[in-house]
Amino acid sequence: MSPTALQPTALPPEPSPAPGPGPAPTPLSEQLAYQLQRRGAPAVLVLVAAIASITSSAFPTWGNISTILVGNNFVWLLALGMTFVIITGGIDLSVGSMYALGGVLGAYGAQHGGSALAIVLPLVVGAAWGGVQGLLVARARMAPFIVTLAGLLGARGLMQALSNEGATTYIVPKNSFFASLGAGTWVPLVILAVFFALGALLLARTRFGATLTAMGGNENAAVLMGLPVVRAKVLVYLLSGTLAAAAGALGAARLQSGVTTIGVGYELTAIASVVIGGTLLTGGSGSVGGTLSGVLLLGVIHNLIDSHFSQYGSAFTDTVNGGFLAAVVLLQTLLSRTQQLP
Amino acid sequence: MSSITWGGAALDRARTRHLLQEYGVYAALVLLFAVAVVLNTSFLSIGNIRAQLLQVTPVLVVALGMALVIGTEGIDLSVGAVIALAAAVAPLYLGYGFVGMLAVVLLVGAVSGALGGAMVAFVRVQPIVATLSLMIGLRGLANIINGNSGKPVTDGAVATLGIGNFLGVPVMTWVAAGCVALVALLVRRTTFGRQLVAIGDNRQASRLAGLPVRRVLVTVYVISGVLAALAGLMLVGYSAESDPSTVGLNYELSAITAVVVGGTPLTGGRVRVLGTVAGALFMQLIAAVLQQHNVYQSYQQIIEAVIICFAVYAAQERGTR
Repeated sequence: MSPTALQPTALPPEPSPAPGPGPAPTPLSEQLAYQLQRRGAPAVLVLVAAIASITSSAFPTWGNISTILVGNNFVWLLALGMTFVIITGGIDLSVGSMYALGGVLGAYGAQHGGSALAIVLPLVVGAAWGGVQGLLVARARMAPFIVTLAGLLGARGLMQALSNEGATTYIVPKNSFFASLGAGTWVPLVILAVFFALGALLLARTRFGATLTAMGGNENAAVLMGLPVVRAKVLVYLLSGTLAAAAGALGAARLQSGVTTIGVGYELTAIASVVIGGTLLTGGSGSVGGTLSGVLLLGVIHNLIDSHFSQYGSAFTDTVNGGFLAAVVLLQTLLSRTQQLP
Repeated sequence: MSSITWGGAALDRARTRHLLQEYGVYAALVLLFAVAVVLNTSFLSIGNIRAQLLQVTPVLVVALGMALVIGTEGIDLSVGAVIALAAAVAPLYLGYGFVGMLAVVLLVGAVSGALGGAMVAFVRVQPIVATLSLMIGLRGLANIINGNSGKPVTDGAVATLGIGNFLGVPVMTWVAAGCVALVALLVRRTTFGRQLVAIGDNRQASRLAGLPVRRVLVTVYVISGVLAALAGLMLVGYSAESDPSTVGLNYELSAITAVVVGGTPLTGGRVRVLGTVAGALFMQLIAAVLQQHNVYQSYQQIIEAVIICFAVYAAQERGTR
């Protein structure tokens, strides 16, 4: 968790000026490990989807696919924000609570002030909460784990205070613009796609994205290079909080009410999606595309478990989830270690 | 002359901060206790103190293991799920008598801990993810074992552990006190304790110095798992039922909070056993006082969050990171 830990990054091994004569060529096994670690998730996703489509006629129907795409309560957006945080070597445990808070705020806004308030209120509060967390991490130099753990407690407390200890449920008026944002398949899907496209551009094509990757790889080096590390850190947590609140608001629009018991453990799903997508938890390496396939892969696997093993209940899903995450993390660690060998 | 006074002032400030870091949690605990008694004299009643002890003891037992893990610069998110697994396994082996059941339950905790420890020590997976996967998987496993439902547990010995008294103090608190003494001895008086702290301070250097890094790490996670399983048994006895979908939920958070408030740095290299005890008591006392004065749970959570942040900030050493 310490950003200054001695963790080599998993960038593709450059042909470095080796002590021997001439640059050493990258061994094939290292290249293979790198490709597998970075692009394993999409490959497995295609494979699993293909097998499922062949063996089950219910899987490749549009109804089922739309369930996979928008049926996961917009964990998509939590995972997107988490990708940025994890690339800097941090972690954000508060997103599950922020999801619930965003949902209640959205429903509150829709009930009391109309659609504009319902959209603005969650985003502003999410940004403010995330920004404070970012300041504590970047300025006060506190561990991200503990700051966002406190954020998890605090945001849920705030949500409960707002809903009179869960006694009041705010209702999103039907036929309002806000409710239409979460209804059906296409509108939420387009919103998600826009967010992911912007996120991918931000990470891969901007100075800000490069700064994130650099500070995740080696924070001290990034500081010494003169990169705005403190600002980038604050912005990353701000972004994650905003996206989590936006996801919660979308969820409230879809359910047409601000559900107070929702969001518990969503941070774990988000972290799992990011890790499965090939982003290294040590920071410094990762991609939005990987997270996209990570979320999709988890969604497809849940869908398969639900349709084939529904008699065993949700406990079975949890167990498979845990086992799958452990397997992926073990594999990733082994693969990225292969590259680190001198 | 003036420069010496200035130096003295700086030294005083450093010393004050040091004293605050070392003894702040105890002072805060005493202060809060006094406030609680002044606000409500019935707080001192035997019944109330007993009720508080019954609530805080399982958290404390889990927090002891967590303190060791955090001392190695790790974290163990799986303890809540291990509690659930222990609770699910316990009713199955009651037929073998209390001791047989205890052995099986503690073994289950040890194996769960060893899984996480092996991932951390041998594959070098980050502790947070290794134990996260266990946290998700083990609770699911516990639910499968119990068939997604709660089971009543009416065994006499388990009930004694959960709600029994010995010399006016709950039995589980005696057990926890024994655990505190053992862990304190382990940290302060044994080679293992030294190695643990050294690894937490600098894993690379410890490895180069020839310390058995992997063995120590696995053992630490095993201890954490065993203590969590013990806490699970306490909770089963306390509630006289085993419901894996609710028992031990969020215990990892409470345990981490107790350790952190007790002054153990998350960066590893130091384990404060008595501080952890004080931290657990402090958080319990806060919750009790707020509850007795009808502060809503929402505000309780916000206050807890602020306390965690403040405690971590206060415990942080300046200029070392």
